[in-house]
Amino acid sequence: MSREITYLEAIREALAEEMRRDSKVFVLGEDVGPYGGAFGVTAGLAEEFGEMRCLDTPISESAIVGVAIGASLRGYRPVAEMQFADFISCGFDQIVNQAATHYYRTGGRVPVPIVVRAPSGGNVSGGLYHSQNPESWFVHRPGLKVVAPSTPWDAKGLLKAAIRDPNPVVYFEHKYLYRRAKGPVPEGDEIVPIGEAAFRREGADITLITYGAMVLASLEAADRLSKEGLGVEVIDLRSLMPWDKAAVFRSVEKTSRVLIVHEDVKTLGVGAELSAAITEERFEWLDAPVTRVTYPDTHCPFSLPLERFNLPNADSITSALRTLAAY
Amino acid sequence: MSLKRTKFKLSPEQQLEMFYWLKLIRGFDERLSVLVRQGKVRSGVYSGIGQEAIVVGTCYGLRKEDYICPLHRDLGTFLVKGLDPGVMMAQMFAKATGLSKGRDSALHSGVPDLGIFGNTSMLGANLPVAAGLGLSFKMDRSDNVVIAYFGEGASNTGDFHEGLNFAGANQLPVVFVCENNLYGYSVPFEKAMAIEDVADRADAYGFPGVAINGNDVLAVYQTTQGAIQRARLGEGPTLIECKTYRWHGHSEHDKPVYRTDEELAMWRSRDPLPIFTAFLQDRGVLTPEGLAGIEQRVTREIDAAVAFAESSPDPDPSEAVTDLYA
Repeated sequence: MSREITYLEAIREALAEEMRRDSKVFVLGEDVGPYGGAFGVTAGLAEEFGEMRCLDTPISESAIVGVAIGASLRGYRPVAEMQFADFISCGFDQIVNQAATHYYRTGGRVPVPIVVRAPSGGNVSGGLYHSQNPESWFVHRPGLKVVAPSTPWDAKGLLKAAIRDPNPVVYFEHKYLYRRAKGPVPEGDEIVPIGEAAFRREGADITLITYGAMVLASLEAADRLSKEGLGVEVIDLRSLMPWDKAAVFRSVEKTSRVLIVHEDVKTLGVGAELSAAITEERFEWLDAPVTRVTYPDTHCPFSLPLERFNLPNADSITSALRTLAAY
Repeated sequence: MSLKRTKFKLSPEQQLEMFYWLKLIRGFDERLSVLVRQGKVRSGVYSGIGQEAIVVGTCYGLRKEDYICPLHRDLGTFLVKGLDPGVMMAQMFAKATGLSKGRDSALHSGVPDLGIFGNTSMLGANLPVAAGLGLSFKMDRSDNVVIAYFGEGASNTGDFHEGLNFAGANQLPVVFVCENNLYGYSVPFEKAMAIEDVADRADAYGFPGVAINGNDVLAVYQTTQGAIQRARLGEGPTLIECKTYRWHGHSEHDKPVYRTDEELAMWRSRDPLPIFTAFLQDRGVLTPEGLAGIEQRVTREIDAAVAFAESSPDPDPSEAVTDLYA
């Protein structure tokens, strides 16, 4: 059974269901307690599970992650909330040095099963410090898994997978999608496995690889071009580390043309790795250079005209698809 | 809000056991120092010689379930907590039989079954983790405790503040032990902070802080036991600042030219071992035969640890890329 709920409600439902299923699951972060979180994601959890399992913390991102790590070593399954993904830099060391290396440095004896939730992304007039997309920092660090759902269904299923995963998982939830993305979500215990991409649209002419909020703009562009007879296959990565190489390559072998779209900046973004891997391993299938539509290498400005100038959208994606088709 | 002045009694057997640990840890670090010079241990040796009374005074009598979060100079805590010296020596030799299978040295690998967390090289980064371990005990409603170690240098990090504040705000069962050896690598204490006692920082977190003689194993033991009792009763954290001195450089590769011979000589005269030896001899607890027996046992155990490490295999090169994900 599924019904339509928002992306934000789907995240909350995953948290509540996992906390009911396993008494070792708890959430911690700034304002996540009775207040329910800056965006309301944890609303009602403190009431149902008590404030100990829905723990309000000081403004201490490093301690939030460090405390999660410590509790995880004793069998707990903490879900740590960064109020904004931008603030994750304050907890960076605990994630990339403490958590990411722990299993390796204990000789494969002691995993760190924590989830760090990070509300990311722009198009919300958040300015420089409430709009960032820092996912590639974590993709670049071995030992971490990184996911970025685009639909309510995946938001729930991937969070459940992340909570049950024995490794540290950074879960990027896009703020633009919180209340704008609404769709079917299963009521039961449906898991979306980490590492599996989703084909959002079939097509034979161009492979478009994307994730997060850019899935919406990409699908709009693909719809426009289908009216012109161009078939765009839209792959929603869902997991950025590990990413679904098999699905991507299968599509590349079919279409021979690849466009990558992401909201993160261009230089060394996830698209750079995808492009390199495709070029390295599927070069002979390609009929055109692997192309990217991304945020320019700049910051996210507050002014709406400035931010809109930077953000990829259906128009810029459509234009890039046309150029690629004509190559 | 203060530490209870309780006298925690130690039997002669327990006192001798503490003496054995002091000797073993001193011997272990002395041997490591030789092994570095011989090129058998390549690096990563941060001698704790001179600071052993803190290790033994804080770790002695802990439950297996109690957790410790050591700092880099405290390999001895691993031993008192129950780790085989051979395994620790193999860790220093980067052998496959070491705790991290050659991936890193020294303290960078923990042992959950013994209640040991292994920190990174980011000093102070163990303190938020200690708070998390303390939170887990509180959530379990158990009365186990966490002992978290750091140097006075690490008390200047953000993680120190975040970790201690978190522990204070949540009344967590954590004893924070500062080993103030007066230098952060080459930088003397007074250049790095404008206060005399790190213990004063506890005021900012709402729990007691005391500064004690870190070279007196019994003083360290008594003070720690008081703090542990507070923690087990749910009364929250304590900060114990142990004043001490490291005899060697920051690492075995550091020539400590930044301090004077006179200063070193003064602190060597406060060596925790002879102080405790004299204490035990005066009370007839330690006899000449007893001393010889302990010294022989220590030499035998360290020889065995080195033999185990030397005869252990190197890790298979392919293991450089395994164990990234569980």
